[in-house]
Amino acid sequence: MVEQEIIEETTTEAEEKISLATAGQLMWWRFRKHKLAMVSAVVLILFYLVVIFAPFLAYVDPELSEAQRSLMPPQAIHLFRDGRFEPHVYAVKGARDPKTFKRVYVTDPETIIPLRFFVHGFPYKLFGVIPTDRHLLGVEGVPIEESLFIMGTDLNGRDLFSRLMFATRTSLTIGLLAVAISLFLGVLLGGISGYFSGTVDIIIQRVIEILRSLPTIPLWMGLAAALPGSWSVQQVYLAITVIISLLGWTELARVVRGRFLTLREEDFITAAELVGCSRSRIIFRHMVPSFLSHIIAATTLAIPAMIISETSLSFLGLGLRPPAISWGVLLEQAQNIQALAISPWLLTPVVPVILAVLAFNFVGDGLRDAADPYG
Amino acid sequence: MLGYIVRRLALAVVTIIAISILSFIIIQLPPGDFVTTYIATMSAGGATVSEAEVEALREQYGLNQPMIVQYLKWAGQMLRGNFGMAMEWNRPVKDVIGDRLALTVVVSLAAVVFTWAVALPIGIYSAVKRYSIGDYIFTFIGFIGLAIPGFMLALIVMYVGFRYFNANIGGLFSPDMADAPWSWAKFKDMLAHLPIPAVVLGLSGTAQMIRIMRSNLLDELRKPYVMTARARGLPETRVILKYPVRVALNPFISTIGYLLPYIVSGSIIVSLVLSLPTVGPLLLKALIAQDMFLAGTIILLLGVMTVIGTFISDLLLMWVDPRIRLERR
Repeated sequence: MVEQEIIEETTTEAEEKISLATAGQLMWWRFRKHKLAMVSAVVLILFYLVVIFAPFLAYVDPELSEAQRSLMPPQAIHLFRDGRFEPHVYAVKGARDPKTFKRVYVTDPETIIPLRFFVHGFPYKLFGVIPTDRHLLGVEGVPIEESLFIMGTDLNGRDLFSRLMFATRTSLTIGLLAVAISLFLGVLLGGISGYFSGTVDIIIQRVIEILRSLPTIPLWMGLAAALPGSWSVQQVYLAITVIISLLGWTELARVVRGRFLTLREEDFITAAELVGCSRSRIIFRHMVPSFLSHIIAATTLAIPAMIISETSLSFLGLGLRPPAISWGVLLEQAQNIQALAISPWLLTPVVPVILAVLAFNFVGDGLRDAADPYG
Repeated sequence: MLGYIVRRLALAVVTIIAISILSFIIIQLPPGDFVTTYIATMSAGGATVSEAEVEALREQYGLNQPMIVQYLKWAGQMLRGNFGMAMEWNRPVKDVIGDRLALTVVVSLAAVVFTWAVALPIGIYSAVKRYSIGDYIFTFIGFIGLAIPGFMLALIVMYVGFRYFNANIGGLFSPDMADAPWSWAKFKDMLAHLPIPAVVLGLSGTAQMIRIMRSNLLDELRKPYVMTARARGLPETRVILKYPVRVALNPFISTIGYLLPYIVSGSIIVSLVLSLPTVGPLLLKALIAQDMFLAGTIILLLGVMTVIGTFISDLLLMWVDPRIRLERR
């Protein structure tokens, strides 16, 4: 009897809390319930920390190549030494096999190289402004480029881990930038289509239908291949972003149009119209805030496709070109089975691609569920 | 019904025109016209191109006329089946593409068949046995399938095949069959090689299809007529398969219009990794060699192929769904 009363009391308290909560709070509560989305959100935050701190996390210059260190396998990191916590690696010596002429690497457990944190390394600018040379990882006593290979090296003897840090920066920002352009096009055209309807709507809908029925990769390939070879890294980066978003805005436009169509019928819009609000006030003051959350969810769900597009194009050698570093550029070296058979670690960049795509998908799913907290 | 077909056909034609314009733009993008490039490549290959031939080519494609005339002339040539010459091969584009385009169709269709054959039963299972262990497992596999782009899956499959089965699983034919003329044996050889490309290409589409089928069927299963059927004592398989599945199938079929471009698109890049003799590797080679004429033609043909496939799926949808068939407008 007493117990029941307590339960009743708490439920009414909870109900009161819900009825008093703002829309934002409700969305946050709804989102928090989606466990996978929460975990994925943390993963994404980590990813973007890598984007910001890429040069700090990289321990060697990603462009530093050395034929003597070509295709070194990943090195094991040992955490304990004589029972005490002291991370270290063993020295690696390279030699050429006299029979096959392949380079072989032998670890030498006698020579122990201790790992150190927050050490001096190659100079860079933190956030693009603060000059520094501190790096998260380093070694003691020997030049780091000759002794530390967490993920091995590529064909040119460049350190894969350091390159992966910089690649993450490129691939994740290109996804954001492409989605921003798509969002602009999508909101503009979807909004026009949904708000004005009639002939404009029909035309835009047909254009979307046509774009969606095109096989995108061949078209992207054609456009990307036509970029002049003399363009700088930044120019190619921008051009690829534009190419990807030119065919990628359709889904966002559909969502925006759908929202506009449903909202137009709502009472509060009619009320605003009757009161004599201007068209732009109705759109930006009344309609946009009420579908903003849906747009954010749709945008999040659109990012993975952008990332995959860039990776695919660069993988083919038609997207970003070296010296730009992206996940696709790194994977280009893993293109044939011979390379993979000898050096499977070249496939490592697949892992962050899959992780990032999954994380964006889950967060997008969670956001979509949370976008309508009253439903 | 006729109105529906006419509208779909009109849209298909407009789409093909849009694709042809895009292809033409791609051909035009590199500096210089393609006759200049053509002459350069021909002379580099040792062949001489006479002044008269050059003039004839320029005349044929109307290169000294405004862009719109050039486009119309080019489109006219395309319609007549004259696709021009592939420079690197010094053979007509038609000969270079022919077989490869057919194989692209075969591989894409195999992927579509795989997608359907797998997504339909799993979708039904996941909806009927919602929140069961099987449902969770399939949902998980589905998410993985969505997250891994086809070419990465191809890379992983290649590596696993090489490493643990010591087999090179690329290609669409055994080495001794690759250049053989078509025969029953070659056909069987191809069928034996088809499953891996089909699975690699179809997996992410399958994941989407399972989710669509599952949510469609879940919506249907909640409706009162299902309960009525059950209350009347119909056997469970009949309750599910006879009515709700049929209704849930419609959106499933209509998505093939989006599935096909997706698969064709993926086939290009997967073919490169798995070294399949489709138009994919050819397109990449042409683009790298700046043989825009061949590249543009391939892009155009791929687009046209996709549009035709979508049109067929529209007809299929009309056949299945009486609501579309009986629509008057």
